[in-house]
Amino acid sequence: MGQVIAFWVFAVAIIGAALGVVLLKNVFRAAVLLVACFFGVAGIFILLSADFLAAMQILIYIGAISILVILAIMLTREVAFGSPSNKFQIPAFIIAALFCTGVIWAILNTQWQISSVAPGATTTSGLGVKLFSKDGFILPVEILPTVLLATILGAIVLVKDRKK
Amino acid sequence: MTIGLEHYLVLSAILFSIGLYGALAKHNAIVILMSIEIMLSAVNIALIAFSRFIVPAELTGQIFALFAMAVAAAETAVGLAIIISIYRNKETIDANKIDLMKW
Repeated sequence: MGQVIAFWVFAVAIIGAALGVVLLKNVFRAAVLLVACFFGVAGIFILLSADFLAAMQILIYIGAISILVILAIMLTREVAFGSPSNKFQIPAFIIAALFCTGVIWAILNTQWQISSVAPGATTTSGLGVKLFSKDGFILPVEILPTVLLATILGAIVLVKDRKK
Repeated sequence: MTIGLEHYLVLSAILFSIGLYGALAKHNAIVILMSIEIMLSAVNIALIAFSRFIVPAELTGQIFALFAMAVAAAETAVGLAIIISIYRNKETIDANKIDLMKW
Protein backbone atom coordinates (compact mmCIF):
# COMPACT_ATOMS: atom_id res chain seq x y z
CA MET A 1 0.00 0.00 0.00
CA GLY A 2 2.81 2.39 0.85
CA GLN A 3 4.41 1.69 -2.50
CA VAL A 4 1.18 2.57 -4.33
CA ILE A 5 0.89 5.91 -2.52
CA ALA A 6 4.58 6.64 -3.10
CA PHE A 7 4.24 5.87 -6.82
CA TRP A 8 1.31 8.24 -7.28
CA VAL A 9 2.99 11.01 -5.26
CA PHE A 10 6.18 10.71 -7.33
CA ALA A 11 4.28 10.42 -10.62
CA VAL A 12 2.18 13.54 -9.96
CA ALA A 13 5.25 15.45 -8.77
CA ILE A 14 7.31 14.46 -11.83
CA ILE A 15 4.62 15.33 -14.35
CA GLY A 16 3.76 18.60 -12.60
CA ALA A 17 7.41 19.63 -12.47
CA ALA A 18 7.98 18.64 -16.12
CA LEU A 19 4.93 20.67 -17.20
CA GLY A 20 6.33 23.59 -15.20
CA VAL A 21 9.69 23.29 -17.01
CA VAL A 22 7.95 23.40 -20.37
CA LEU A 23 5.24 25.99 -19.66
CA LEU A 24 6.74 28.52 -17.21
CA LYS A 25 7.87 31.85 -18.66
CA ASN A 26 10.73 32.33 -16.17
CA VAL A 27 13.77 30.28 -17.25
CA PHE A 28 15.32 30.20 -13.78
CA ARG A 29 12.14 28.81 -12.18
CA ALA A 30 12.02 26.23 -14.96
CA ALA A 31 15.56 25.13 -14.04
CA VAL A 32 14.60 24.78 -10.35
CA LEU A 33 11.56 22.71 -11.33
CA LEU A 34 13.87 20.53 -13.46
CA VAL A 35 15.71 19.67 -10.23
CA ALA A 36 12.38 18.69 -8.63
CA CYS A 37 11.62 16.53 -11.66
CA PHE A 38 14.98 14.74 -11.31
CA PHE A 39 14.33 14.12 -7.59
CA GLY A 40 11.00 12.51 -8.48
CA VAL A 41 12.70 10.30 -11.06
CA ALA A 42 15.22 9.21 -8.40
CA GLY A 43 12.27 8.27 -6.16
CA ILE A 44 10.76 6.20 -8.99
CA PHE A 45 14.12 4.42 -9.36
CA ILE A 46 14.03 3.50 -5.66
CA LEU A 47 10.48 2.13 -6.09
CA LEU A 48 11.83 0.01 -8.96
CA SER A 49 14.51 -1.32 -6.53
CA ALA A 50 17.36 0.30 -8.49
CA ASP A 51 19.16 1.79 -5.51
CA PHE A 52 22.53 2.39 -7.18
CA LEU A 53 20.91 4.18 -10.12
CA ALA A 54 18.87 6.35 -7.78
CA ALA A 55 22.10 7.47 -6.10
CA MET A 56 23.69 8.09 -9.51
CA GLN A 57 20.61 10.04 -10.61
CA ILE A 58 20.99 12.36 -7.64
CA LEU A 59 24.77 12.69 -8.06
CA ILE A 60 24.91 13.16 -11.84
CA TYR A 61 21.64 14.88 -12.69
CA ILE A 62 21.01 16.98 -9.58
CA GLY A 63 24.63 17.46 -8.57
CA ALA A 64 26.19 18.11 -11.97
CA ILE A 65 23.74 18.70 -14.81
CA SER A 66 21.42 21.05 -12.90
CA ILE A 67 24.37 23.16 -11.74
CA LEU A 68 25.64 23.31 -15.33
CA VAL A 69 22.22 24.38 -16.65
CA ILE A 70 21.79 27.08 -13.98
CA LEU A 71 25.35 28.33 -14.64
CA ALA A 72 24.59 28.56 -18.37
CA ILE A 73 21.37 30.48 -17.66
CA MET A 74 23.32 32.96 -15.54
CA LEU A 75 26.11 33.32 -18.12
CA THR A 76 23.81 34.04 -21.05
CA ARG A 77 21.59 36.75 -19.49
CA GLU A 78 18.56 35.61 -21.46
CA VAL A 79 16.36 35.44 -18.33
CA ALA A 80 14.87 38.82 -19.20
CA PHE A 81 13.40 37.47 -22.44
CA GLY A 82 11.76 34.53 -20.68
CA SER A 83 10.92 31.32 -22.45
CA PRO A 84 8.22 32.08 -25.03
CA SER A 85 6.77 29.50 -27.37
CA ASN A 86 7.48 29.75 -31.08
CA LYS A 87 5.01 29.65 -33.96
CA PHE A 88 5.00 25.84 -33.91
CA GLN A 89 3.28 25.69 -30.51
CA ILE A 90 0.04 24.12 -31.74
CA PRO A 91 1.62 21.64 -34.22
CA ALA A 92 4.13 20.66 -31.51
CA PHE A 93 1.30 20.04 -29.05
CA ILE A 94 -0.57 17.93 -31.62
CA ILE A 95 2.56 15.87 -32.41
CA ALA A 96 3.29 15.30 -28.71
CA ALA A 97 -0.34 14.34 -27.97
CA LEU A 98 -0.49 11.94 -30.94
CA PHE A 99 2.82 10.37 -29.90
CA CYS A 100 1.60 10.02 -26.30
CA THR A 101 -1.70 8.36 -27.26
CA GLY A 102 0.03 6.05 -29.74
CA VAL A 103 2.63 4.87 -27.22
CA ILE A 104 0.07 4.43 -24.42
CA TRP A 105 -2.19 2.45 -26.80
CA ALA A 106 0.76 0.20 -27.67
CA ILE A 107 1.69 -0.26 -24.00
CA LEU A 108 -1.82 -1.22 -22.93
CA ASN A 109 -2.37 -3.61 -25.84
CA THR A 110 0.83 -5.62 -25.44
CA GLN A 111 0.98 -8.84 -23.44
CA TRP A 112 4.08 -8.27 -21.30
CA GLN A 113 5.76 -11.40 -19.98
CA ILE A 114 6.03 -10.34 -16.36
CA SER A 115 8.57 -12.39 -14.43
CA SER A 116 7.61 -13.50 -10.94
CA VAL A 117 11.20 -13.54 -9.67
CA ALA A 118 11.71 -11.10 -6.81
CA PRO A 119 14.45 -8.52 -7.42
CA GLY A 120 17.60 -8.68 -5.31
CA ALA A 121 17.89 -6.63 -2.15
CA THR A 122 20.74 -4.49 -3.49
CA THR A 123 21.90 -4.00 -7.06
CA THR A 124 25.37 -2.47 -6.59
CA SER A 125 27.36 -5.71 -6.43
CA GLY A 126 25.35 -7.26 -9.27
CA LEU A 127 25.92 -4.19 -11.45
CA GLY A 128 29.65 -4.25 -10.65
CA VAL A 129 29.96 -7.92 -11.63
CA LYS A 130 27.99 -7.33 -14.84
CA LEU A 131 30.00 -4.25 -15.80
CA PHE A 132 33.53 -5.48 -15.12
CA SER A 133 33.44 -9.24 -15.71
CA LYS A 134 35.05 -10.65 -18.86
CA ASP A 135 31.79 -11.80 -20.47
CA GLY A 136 29.94 -8.69 -19.29
CA PHE A 137 30.03 -5.10 -20.46
CA ILE A 138 33.74 -4.38 -20.09
CA LEU A 139 34.16 -3.07 -23.67
CA PRO A 140 31.46 -0.34 -23.36
CA VAL A 141 32.91 0.52 -19.95
CA GLU A 142 36.27 1.10 -21.65
CA ILE A 143 34.78 3.07 -24.55
CA LEU A 144 32.80 5.40 -22.28
CA PRO A 145 35.88 7.14 -20.74
CA THR A 146 37.01 7.96 -24.30
CA VAL A 147 33.64 9.62 -24.90
CA LEU A 148 33.95 11.56 -21.65
CA LEU A 149 37.52 12.64 -22.48
CA ALA A 150 36.41 13.84 -25.92
CA THR A 151 33.56 15.71 -24.19
CA ILE A 152 35.92 17.48 -21.80
CA LEU A 153 38.30 18.48 -24.59
CA GLY A 154 35.44 19.56 -26.85
CA ALA A 155 33.81 21.67 -24.16
CA ILE A 156 37.12 23.39 -23.34
CA VAL A 157 37.86 24.12 -27.01
CA LEU A 158 34.33 25.42 -27.63
CA VAL A 159 34.21 27.91 -24.76
CA LYS A 160 37.81 29.08 -25.05
CA ASP A 161 38.01 32.80 -25.83
CA ARG A 162 39.79 33.14 -29.15
CA LYS A 163 39.66 36.95 -29.24
CA LYS A 164 42.77 38.25 -27.54
CA MET B 1 -4.51 -2.24 -6.49
CA THR B 2 -0.85 -2.83 -7.27
CA ILE B 3 1.53 -0.83 -9.41
CA GLY B 4 2.62 -2.87 -12.43
CA LEU B 5 4.81 -2.43 -15.47
CA GLU B 6 2.11 -0.54 -17.38
CA HIS B 7 1.96 2.23 -14.77
CA TYR B 8 5.67 2.96 -15.09
CA LEU B 9 5.58 2.76 -18.89
CA VAL B 10 2.62 5.15 -19.14
CA LEU B 11 4.38 7.57 -16.76
CA SER B 12 7.46 7.34 -18.98
CA ALA B 13 5.42 7.94 -22.15
CA ILE B 14 3.72 11.03 -20.68
CA LEU B 15 7.05 12.43 -19.47
CA PHE B 16 8.64 11.81 -22.88
CA SER B 17 5.75 13.60 -24.63
CA ILE B 18 6.10 16.63 -22.34
CA GLY B 19 9.80 16.78 -23.18
CA LEU B 20 9.03 16.38 -26.89
CA TYR B 21 6.60 19.29 -26.77
CA GLY B 22 9.15 21.46 -24.99
CA ALA B 23 11.92 20.59 -27.44
CA LEU B 24 9.71 21.43 -30.43
CA ALA B 25 7.89 24.53 -29.20
CA LYS B 26 10.47 26.67 -27.38
CA HIS B 27 12.63 29.63 -28.42
CA ASN B 28 15.29 29.48 -25.73
CA ALA B 29 18.07 26.99 -26.52
CA ILE B 30 18.67 26.22 -22.82
CA VAL B 31 15.00 25.34 -22.32
CA ILE B 32 15.23 23.03 -25.37
CA LEU B 33 18.22 21.32 -23.74
CA MET B 34 16.27 20.97 -20.46
CA SER B 35 13.40 19.35 -22.39
CA ILE B 36 15.84 16.87 -23.92
CA GLU B 37 17.04 16.01 -20.39
CA ILE B 38 13.41 15.28 -19.42
CA MET B 39 13.08 12.97 -22.42
CA LEU B 40 16.27 11.11 -21.42
CA SER B 41 14.95 10.67 -17.86
CA ALA B 42 11.71 9.25 -19.28
CA VAL B 43 13.66 6.68 -21.30
CA ASN B 44 15.65 5.73 -18.19
CA ILE B 45 12.39 5.10 -16.28
CA ALA B 46 11.18 2.80 -19.08
CA LEU B 47 14.50 0.89 -19.21
CA ILE B 48 14.59 0.32 -15.46
CA ALA B 49 10.91 -0.68 -15.36
CA PHE B 50 11.55 -3.31 -18.05
CA SER B 51 14.60 -4.50 -16.12
CA ARG B 52 12.60 -4.77 -12.88
CA PHE B 53 9.51 -6.52 -14.26
CA ILE B 54 10.74 -8.63 -17.21
CA VAL B 55 14.26 -9.78 -16.19
CA PRO B 56 14.66 -8.96 -12.47
CA ALA B 57 17.75 -11.16 -12.06
CA GLU B 58 19.66 -9.88 -15.10
CA LEU B 59 20.03 -6.09 -14.41
CA THR B 60 20.71 -5.41 -18.11
CA GLY B 61 18.17 -2.57 -18.29
CA GLN B 62 19.89 -0.86 -15.38
CA ILE B 63 23.25 -1.09 -17.16
CA PHE B 64 21.72 0.51 -20.26
CA ALA B 65 20.29 3.28 -18.07
CA LEU B 66 23.74 3.81 -16.52
CA PHE B 67 25.31 4.29 -19.98
CA ALA B 68 22.42 6.54 -21.01
CA MET B 69 23.13 8.72 -17.95
CA ALA B 70 26.83 9.03 -18.78
CA VAL B 71 26.07 9.96 -22.39
CA ALA B 72 23.41 12.43 -21.21
CA ALA B 73 25.99 14.15 -19.00
CA ALA B 74 28.40 14.39 -21.95
CA GLU B 75 25.62 15.70 -24.21
CA THR B 76 24.66 18.41 -21.71
CA ALA B 77 28.26 19.56 -21.26
CA VAL B 78 28.90 19.88 -25.00
CA GLY B 79 25.44 21.37 -25.67
CA LEU B 80 25.87 24.09 -23.07
CA ALA B 81 29.41 24.81 -24.35
CA ILE B 82 27.99 25.29 -27.86
CA ILE B 83 25.21 27.54 -26.50
CA ILE B 84 27.70 29.73 -24.59
CA SER B 85 29.97 29.91 -27.64
CA ILE B 86 27.03 31.00 -29.84
CA TYR B 87 26.00 33.56 -27.21
CA ARG B 88 29.49 35.08 -27.30
CA ASN B 89 29.36 35.46 -31.07
CA LYS B 90 25.73 36.42 -31.68
CA GLU B 91 24.55 37.83 -28.29
CA THR B 92 21.46 35.60 -28.42
CA ILE B 93 20.44 32.02 -27.72
CA ASP B 94 17.07 32.29 -29.44
CA ALA B 95 16.90 29.12 -31.51
CA ASN B 96 14.95 30.95 -34.24
CA LYS B 97 17.72 33.53 -34.70
CA ILE B 98 20.60 31.03 -34.79
CA ASP B 99 20.78 30.41 -38.53
CA LEU B 100 24.56 30.13 -39.07
CA MET B 101 24.16 26.87 -41.00
CA LYS B 102 21.04 27.88 -42.91
CA TRP B 103 21.65 28.02 -46.64
